[in-house]
Amino acid sequence: MTLSEYLSAILLIAGALFFLAGTLGLLRFPDIYTRLHALTKADNVGLGLIVIGLAVQSESFASAGKLFLTWLLVMFAGASVSHLIASGALQRGIRLWKR
Amino acid sequence: METLTLLTLVFDTLLGLGLLWLAWLLLNSQELFKAIVLFVAFGLLMALAWVRLDAPDVALAEAAIGAGLTGALLLAALAKLQSVKSTQDSNQQLKQDREKFRAFQYLLSLMLLLITAGLGYVVISMPPIAAGLSNEVAANMANSGVSHPVTAVLLNFRGYDTLLELFVLLLALLGVWSFGSTTIQHETNAGPVLLTLTHYLVPVLILVAAYLLWVGAHAPGGAFQAGSVLAAAGVLLLLSGWRPSGCLSKFPLRLILVAGPGLFAITAALLYAFQGELLNYPTEYAGIIILAIEATATLSIGVTLAALFLGSPPHNDEEHT
Repeated sequence: MTLSEYLSAILLIAGALFFLAGTLGLLRFPDIYTRLHALTKADNVGLGLIVIGLAVQSESFASAGKLFLTWLLVMFAGASVSHLIASGALQRGIRLWKR
Repeated sequence: METLTLLTLVFDTLLGLGLLWLAWLLLNSQELFKAIVLFVAFGLLMALAWVRLDAPDVALAEAAIGAGLTGALLLAALAKLQSVKSTQDSNQQLKQDREKFRAFQYLLSLMLLLITAGLGYVVISMPPIAAGLSNEVAANMANSGVSHPVTAVLLNFRGYDTLLELFVLLLALLGVWSFGSTTIQHETNAGPVLLTLTHYLVPVLILVAAYLLWVGAHAPGGAFQAGSVLAAAGVLLLLSGWRPSGCLSKFPLRLILVAGPGLFAITAALLYAFQGELLNYPTEYAGIIILAIEATATLSIGVTLAALFLGSPPHNDEEHT
């Protein structure tokens, strides 16, 4: 394996760990707001690491650029949708979790 | 590499079992909303399965239409159901219906089991590696006008399938419109976040649709994928409160709805009149004919799907209020 392949593998595994943590949070956290908080970590950082890991291996700048654009779009849509879900939940009177 | 094939085998097995499990969960779900969410998840995993089967075209269509737009359509239908009667009643009704149709359910399960067994037998008895029609497609690619075999099959060699699909979509919309149901009352103020999202995302979605349409000539993509992305832009606009203005929603809307299937049918009729064969494009014009048909089909598919989401002809609102 070459250096770039090692780098790519490390980034991909790190990204997968973020997704694992995000999924665990989604399953285990007590209310909708904390679950959203866990999900955004997987969406933003996890996907970002995976995109960088794949971009290292990509053959052209064009395909790397497409990967980055995908990441930007997911972050933009993800952040907006999380906000909409949270504000929708607040409007319906779902209370914040307190210990 | 031995470990790699083992890993992919494990992944594929998990994917297949996951699909079956999700399908079971969603069919058994008492709550309609939960069933819809599971359906969307099922669609996304199904798209992954198509990728594993080396069918990126189908994967794109499954993710965009199967998971995305159908999910939005189902949610819109659920919103209408809930506005008709409270969920409590419908749940009770559902339980009573289930009791009534128990015997019917067993019969249906038996029939489905027989079909599954038959299909399973066919799959197992097929030769493990078969060329199918791929050699013939490859031999005729030069005459097709495009360089992507899937597009060549969909728009040229088996064009009438796609032609009929476009009409099915149009018929579906006519069916929904003829119910004459009222439009869902969305929350009146969309809020700054949804408006900003729509503001930036709609142009991007239109660009992506154009790209998917153009790239379909030589890579995975095409009218249905592009149309569903266009429809996603339409759904976003409708969700943030936009409605086509009065004059736009009458003749121009109907013109766009029939343009795709119409152009396709006219092309077929003209070719039949002059060449005696339905949809047998002359080789030198095949590329441009396919592009024209796909471009109008993309518009029609996008607008039809968005109109399905709206659920009733847009000018109805104005007549009522």
